[in-house]
Amino acid sequence: MLKINNLHAEIEGKKILNGINLEVKPGEVHAIMGPNGAGKSTLSSVLAGRADYTVTEGSVELDGKDLLEMAPEDRAREGVFLAFQYPVEIPGVSNTNFLKTAVNEKRKYQGLEPMEATDFLKLMREKMELVEMDKSLTSRSLNEGFSGGEKKRNEIFQMAMLEPRLGILDETDSGLDIDALRLVSNGVNKLRSDKNAFIVITHYQRLLDYIVPDFVHVLYKGRIVKSGDANLAKELEEKGYDWIKAEVAASI
Amino acid sequence: MSEETDIIDQVVSQEYKYGFTTDIEMETAPKGLNEDIVRFISSRKNEPEWMLEYRLKAYRHWLTLSEPEWQNFSYPKINYQDIIYYAAPKEKKKLNSLDEVDPELLKTFEKLGISLAEQKRLSGVAVDAVFDSVSIATTFKEQLKEKGVIFCAISEALQEHPELVKQYMGSVVPYTDNYFAALNAAVFSDGSFVYIPKGVRCPMELSTYFRINAENTGQFERTLIIADDNSYVSYLEGCTAPMRDENQLHAAVVELIAMEGAEIKYSTVQNWYPGDKDGKGGIYNFVTKRGSCEGKNAKISWTQVETGSAITWKYPSCILKGEGSVGEFFSVAVTNNAQVADTGTKMIHIGKNTRSRIVSKGISAGKSHNTYRGLVKVAKKADGVRNYTQCDSMLIGSHCGAHTFPYIEIANQSAVVEHEASTSKIGEDQIFYCNQRGIGTEEAISLIVNGFCREVLNQLPMEFAVEAQKLLAVSLEGSVG
Ligand SMILES: Nc1ncnc2c1ncn2[C@@H]1O[C@H](COP(=O)(O)OP(=O)(O)OP(=O)(O)O)[C@@H](O)[C@H]1O
Ligand SMILES: [Mg+2]
Repeated sequence: MLKINNLHAEIEGKKILNGINLEVKPGEVHAIMGPNGAGKSTLSSVLAGRADYTVTEGSVELDGKDLLEMAPEDRAREGVFLAFQYPVEIPGVSNTNFLKTAVNEKRKYQGLEPMEATDFLKLMREKMELVEMDKSLTSRSLNEGFSGGEKKRNEIFQMAMLEPRLGILDETDSGLDIDALRLVSNGVNKLRSDKNAFIVITHYQRLLDYIVPDFVHVLYKGRIVKSGDANLAKELEEKGYDWIKAEVAASI
Repeated sequence: MSEETDIIDQVVSQEYKYGFTTDIEMETAPKGLNEDIVRFISSRKNEPEWMLEYRLKAYRHWLTLSEPEWQNFSYPKINYQDIIYYAAPKEKKKLNSLDEVDPELLKTFEKLGISLAEQKRLSGVAVDAVFDSVSIATTFKEQLKEKGVIFCAISEALQEHPELVKQYMGSVVPYTDNYFAALNAAVFSDGSFVYIPKGVRCPMELSTYFRINAENTGQFERTLIIADDNSYVSYLEGCTAPMRDENQLHAAVVELIAMEGAEIKYSTVQNWYPGDKDGKGGIYNFVTKRGSCEGKNAKISWTQVETGSAITWKYPSCILKGEGSVGEFFSVAVTNNAQVADTGTKMIHIGKNTRSRIVSKGISAGKSHNTYRGLVKVAKKADGVRNYTQCDSMLIGSHCGAHTFPYIEIANQSAVVEHEASTSKIGEDQIFYCNQRGIGTEEAISLIVNGFCREVLNQLPMEFAVEAQKLLAVSLEGSVG
C-alpha cells in the first residue's frame, strides 16, 4: 500500500534523504533503525507532508495515489498517522475537543456525518482502555504539562482513535519506562491487522521484543543501506553501527 | 521560518458577514455639530429641560478640549463637522406594539440573528434593539416589570424615570472625563437603561444590540445600569455595521453602578465593521466604560470579545469604593489585517480589602497592532488590596505587533499586586501537528486561538460563548494559509 521510490529530500539546501526505496504491504510492520542524524525523522516528516522539506526526486504512493501531491491534512485523512518524536503542546485545547475535531474532519472527508457525542465518548472510553490511558489526561489541555512518557502514550491513544492505514511511530519508545513501553507496545499490537501497516522508528531492540517487526531496515546517510528480518535488530544491538558504516564505505 | 511566514501570509479574508445596508426612509439631522444640533437631538427626544442643559454644558466643555494624543497608534483626523449626529428611521405614528415596527427593521435584525418577534425570541434573553440613533424595540419588558426590573431605551427612561437618570447619569463618567465622553454627553442618542431593585436577581439575560446603518453617521450611545443592594444582573451588548469606505465614529459611554452586595456582569461581543484588508473604512470604536462598586462587597465584572472595528480604544474600568468589593476584567481582543486595538482596564482600589482580577488575551494577525494598556491603582487608605493581572499575547505571522503597558500606582504598602505576561506565536509546529491529525490550517488556527482564549470565553453566557467562538474563527480567516 505504501511505495517509496528513489526518494530524495532536502532542507534549507541540505540534502538529507538520498534515494529511499521502501515498499510496505498491508499487515506488515517495518522497523527503521540507524544512527542519530541519519534522516529517520526526516523520512517520517516528508511522508506526513511537513512543508519545510523539499522533495527533489522520487515518488511516494499510498494505495496507488500520489501522496506527495496531497496536503498534509489530506494525507492524514487518507490514513497516514505520525506519532511524533516530540509532540507539541496546545494550551487551552482539551485532548477530547482536539480528537473530536480530528475524527470529524476525517469523517467529513469520507463524506460521513459528524459523530454523535455519545458515540464519540464511547469510542474514547474504548480506546482509552486499549492503551490504558489515564482518564484525567483526556480532559487536560493537549500535551500541556504532560510528562515525556505521557505525551508518547497520548500519541498512541490518538492513533487508536484515528485508526490509520499507515501508522508511523517516530521513537515512541524513547523516554518510556518499562511499564509504559509494554502498554504502548500492547496498544500497537492490538491495533495491528491485515488492513493496516506500521513503520516503527527506534534505536532499541527492546521495543522490537514487544512489537515484532516483519522487516528491519538500517537508514544511514539518507539511504536504506541494509534490510533484514527481526534478527538484524538483535545484531545491531550487539555490534552497533560501525560494521555497517564500514560496509557502506567499502562499497563506494 | 520562511515557510511559516508563507503559510501565514496566504489565506484570504472572508468577507464581513454583516456588511449589508437597510433601505429605509430616515430622518437625519444636518451634518455637523453646534448648539442647534444639540438642541435638535434633545427636542427630538422630547427631553426634560435639565437634560438639555446638561448636554449644552458638555458641548461647551468639549469645545475647550482637544483630541487625546497619548495612544499607541495614529489615525486620520476626524472632521467633526462632517458627521451626522442624529439619524432615525421615520416613524409613521407612535408605536404601541412590536407589530407596528417597520418590517424592514425587523428583517434587518432578523438577518443579524436577533429575533424581536414574539415567537422566535431567544428565551431567557431580553433584547433592546438600537438602530442608528434610536431604540426600535425592547422585548420581555412586561415580564421584567413584574420583578420591578426596568429595562428600556435611555430615551424612554428619560420620560418614565427621569429622577433615576438624573441621579446617576454622569456620576461615574462625568462629561469632563475625556474628549469622547464630553462629545457623547452632548450628542448621545440612544442606548439602554437598566435598574434592578433591591434583592432582585434579574430573571433573564439583558442584551442590547447596536446597529449602525446610516452613512456618515456617528453612533453615540449611552448605557446606564444600576444594580441596587444585593441584586444581580447579567447584561450583554452586541453590535455590527455595514461595510462602508468611510470611517465611522462610535463613541459610547457606559456607566455601571453596583450598590452593596450587588453584582453586575457586563459582556460585550464587539463586531463593528473592521474595514477592508488594506484598512479602508471601518468603525472607530472610542468608548468610555466604567463601573463603580459603591457599596460593600459589590462586584462588577467586564467580559469583552473585541473582533471588529478599524480602531478600538477602550478601557472598561472599575472603581472599587465599597469595602471588599471586586472588579474583574476578562478580555479577548483580536486584530487582523490593518486593525488596531488599544484596550485594557483600570482598577481603582479605594476601599479596604478590595480585589481585582485582569485576564487579557490579545491576538494579532496580518499587519495589525494589539495593545494592552492597564492601570492598577491603590489608594493610600486601601488596606489589604489584591490584584492579579495576566496578559497573554499571541502573534499569528510576523508582520503584526503586540504591546503591553501595565501601569501600577500603589500608595498602600499592604497591597499584593501580581502581574504575569506572556507572548507566544502560533507555531508552524502546532499547525502541522493539527494538519497531521487531519485538521486543516484554518480550523487549526481557530482551535488554537479558542484554546488560548478559553479562560475568557468561559465567562460569557452560554448562548454567546458559541457565537463568540465562531466570530473568532471568522475574524482570523485569512490570517494563515
Ligand atoms: N532545519 C534543518 N536545517 C538543517 N539541517 C536539518 C534541519 N532539520 C534537520 N536537519 C538535519 O537533518 C539530518 C537528519 O535529521 P533527522 O531528524 O531526520 O535524523 P534522525 O535520523 O531522526 O536522528 P535521531 O535518531 O537523532 O532522531 C540531521 O543531520 C539534522 O541536523
Ligand atoms: Mg529522529
